[in-house]
Amino acid sequence: MKRVRYWSANNARWLRRVYQGLESGLVALHPLLNRLGYQRLDRGFAAIEKVIKGFLFDSQSCGQCTLGETGMACPMNCPKTLRNGPCGGVRSNGNCEVDPNMVCVWVTSWEGSKLVGNLESTIQVIQAPVDVRLKGTSAWLHAVRKRVRARL
Amino acid sequence: MTFDDEPLAGENLPILPGHDSPGRFERVLRAGHFAVTAEIAPPDSADPQEVFDRAALFDGYVDAINATDGSGANCHMSSVGMCALLTRRGYSMIMQISCRDKNRIAMQGDVLGASAMGVSNILCLTGDGVQSGDHPEAKPVFDMDCMTSLQMLKGMRDDGQFLSGRKITSPPQVFLGAAANPFAPPFDYRPLRLAKKVAAGAQFIQTQYCFDIDMLKTYMAKVRDLGLHEKVFILPGVGPLASAKSAEWIRKNVAGVHIPDAIIKRLAGAQDQKQEGVNICIHMINEIREIEGASGVHIMAYRQEERIAEIVEKTQVLGSRTPWHPQR
Repeated sequence: MKRVRYWSANNARWLRRVYQGLESGLVALHPLLNRLGYQRLDRGFAAIEKVIKGFLFDSQSCGQCTLGETGMACPMNCPKTLRNGPCGGVRSNGNCEVDPNMVCVWVTSWEGSKLVGNLESTIQVIQAPVDVRLKGTSAWLHAVRKRVRARL
Repeated sequence: MTFDDEPLAGENLPILPGHDSPGRFERVLRAGHFAVTAEIAPPDSADPQEVFDRAALFDGYVDAINATDGSGANCHMSSVGMCALLTRRGYSMIMQISCRDKNRIAMQGDVLGASAMGVSNILCLTGDGVQSGDHPEAKPVFDMDCMTSLQMLKGMRDDGQFLSGRKITSPPQVFLGAAANPFAPPFDYRPLRLAKKVAAGAQFIQTQYCFDIDMLKTYMAKVRDLGLHEKVFILPGVGPLASAKSAEWIRKNVAGVHIPDAIIKRLAGAQDQKQEGVNICIHMINEIREIEGASGVHIMAYRQEERIAEIVEKTQVLGSRTPWHPQR
């Protein structure tokens, strides 16, 4: 299944655009989402996200998505769950220190980030440590509310 | 060397304007000296004398000592414990904190404790995976990563608050360090990763073992292009290899260490392999001191700590300086 994950990073440029478009679309729907209630929608959204992002990115559903800034590679697949990788243990062939059969998640992320370009607003962004309370919740709905709050 | 404003020889110094710590290590670097640091091997023992004996091997040869934090994911005396013992004697310590074994609550508590004991330097590391050590069945923590832990400690020091935002009445005055590995892929990202660490709060950098000087030079050229050598003190890592066989073993089993074939050949062809390992290390240091942007060297002489004196003497990297040590 890792082949899909690598494919996604190799197509990071347009996938990111789709991803951002989707987010903007949801932001536009904020009044409706708000009326329906974010709490009530969370489970449904989380389930949809799990299927889509799980298939495309092997997403681990941490609930605080960085895909747009990490070259469309899910950092939670890193065995050390580094949000700001890669560590210094990457093997000479670019594979993971912990799992020698896997390309380092951050090597994949770097390839994806180069395709996206604009490194200062992608891979160079310092990602905050994970909030474990959000695991399994909808990252999209969190992102929408964050953007709506920022707009206010 | 003793500083003029040292209250008692070996005690923490007044913090100068533009400095962040009361430590001698920051003083040495900011004064423009070529600094030498070394890694101390923590004992598998509760005997403090073993720690003192190991530290004494470096007396007069190093500006600061790195206390490792379960390096290679093996269980040893803790870095906090080592620092507690050695700061008592006046040693300048660099306390390593790995993200593998502690979450944010434990890390911040350790930093306050360490600073209270006189630790002036902290090195934030990701840490080796548990699979590489003697307890591969353990639960890896990795609540933070090296980048966010740097940022967290910087916030504790500069903003006087925990990650939660809660106030710290007396913030830890620490000089913050991080590691870098110019010798592991993705090579074209490594200089940018250094920039990210500097942005997160790194003030000094100690690198992985350098056995490939050309690779280091290429990396440093990119670091200079980014202007990073003016923002952070970089101490490339070096160390003596014990034999061609052990070099082969390290290359195969220790994550992130790159040893070129030429080095292994040179060791294998030598009459006294152990001495040749020391000679290679001396050669590396002599090359490194010529690199613009290298502010010192970090010597990791695992199980060969007694050779550090010879290495420092033969390279003359300290010039006429003798770093402070107890009972001098």
